[in-house]
Amino acid sequence: MTIKAMKASEVAKKVVNNEPLFILDVRNGDAFADWKIEGGNIQYLNTPYFDLLDGVERVVSELPKDRDILVVCAKEGSSVMVAEMLSDEGIDAAYLEGGMKAWSEHLEPVKVGELQGGGELYQFVRLGKGCLSYMAISEGEAAVIDATRMAHIFLDFAQEKGAVIKHVFDTHLHADHISGGRAIAEATGANYYLPSKDAEEVVFGYTALENGLEVAIGSSKIKIEAFYSPGHTIGSTSFIVDHQYLMTGDILFIDSIGRPDLAGLADDWVGDLRESLYSRYQKLADELIVLPAHFMIMEELNKDGSVAKKLGDLFKDNHGLNIADEQEFRDMVTKNLPPQPNAYQDIRKTNMGQIAPDEEVQREMEIGPNRCAVR
Amino acid sequence: MNADKVLDAKGLACPMPIVKTRKEMKEMESGQILEILATDKGAKADLAAWAKSGGHELLDSQENGDVFSFWIKKG
Repeated sequence: MTIKAMKASEVAKKVVNNEPLFILDVRNGDAFADWKIEGGNIQYLNTPYFDLLDGVERVVSELPKDRDILVVCAKEGSSVMVAEMLSDEGIDAAYLEGGMKAWSEHLEPVKVGELQGGGELYQFVRLGKGCLSYMAISEGEAAVIDATRMAHIFLDFAQEKGAVIKHVFDTHLHADHISGGRAIAEATGANYYLPSKDAEEVVFGYTALENGLEVAIGSSKIKIEAFYSPGHTIGSTSFIVDHQYLMTGDILFIDSIGRPDLAGLADDWVGDLRESLYSRYQKLADELIVLPAHFMIMEELNKDGSVAKKLGDLFKDNHGLNIADEQEFRDMVTKNLPPQPNAYQDIRKTNMGQIAPDEEVQREMEIGPNRCAVR
Repeated sequence: MNADKVLDAKGLACPMPIVKTRKEMKEMESGQILEILATDKGAKADLAAWAKSGGHELLDSQENGDVFSFWIKKG
């Protein structure tokens, strides 16, 4: 029997459509416990490949007959070996092409809405890491917000849509993933905007992103307005696009809020975070659709695979927006925080241009979940 | 550290460093030390987990440039 490769894009479709899947994850126990493919209808078995070298008999009885079986490892090699061994036992199993590395890099573009004058807004969902990026397109011009490292995906997408990328924004200096913003700007000649308060140690040229900055794309002038909302970092800036959408960066998520500690200053920034969430955002229209830079759990995805919800609904449902007591809020966002993201210090240095690791090292640095939120 | 045997697994991708380590270990006596040289970044966590599950002891590891060295004592 020949074994099949399953692409990350096929796994993504299954996750979004909630289709049944059985994952035999053959990475070591720690790697599996730290980070895995998440999905509402996925069953798992974790048995390291090195415990299967003498034979796969020990797992055969645990594999279901009524679901597709996918063998997963870090890079692919071990999952091919195990899938072949299963095939020798007469079991039909696929392996994940490119392993968890490919899963971490896969982006699923989802259209989240229309802009006036025929424009479109896309969200790029990085299912494997929970990162969300955006592209607004109008009449042959595009703006990109919080692009992830895989710059070519954004460049190709704009080209397919016949759009020229004019503006590239990062809502803040990211600590959990490497930004693709600078590479996209260099490839297209677009302006690369960074909040200047986050960019004090940045060693390349950028355009300062200040409160109230406005840019327009396309001749119908889709407006993108910058809105200073510190707290995750001191420079964190939100965007209001076309009076309809609120891009919150890492300040406000669907089911959680930003953490203030990744640049090392939790106690200093907790007050800013409180003010952004409980004062600045409160003044905005409830009808705005919140588009964050991350999701943490699959339950935050809508049925179409997008991550978006009305601001008014978040004020009702998001626990982090409903803590009346200031001290309780302070404790929640500064104590018992989840572990910091893998290699976050080096990721920040890379995003500031201070170090330039090769692509393979950058991949390794981004392994694991994003952990930018507090629930 | 003095090793009884050295395994060169440089340039090999997962799962081969472990497959070869295991094969070498089978031919060694309990208490003997195998030194493994590898370049695969995943080898570190996997060798530690494998040694533990097989009752061996990972004595030490070092990183010199791109090359990782591991010393495992057979259990």
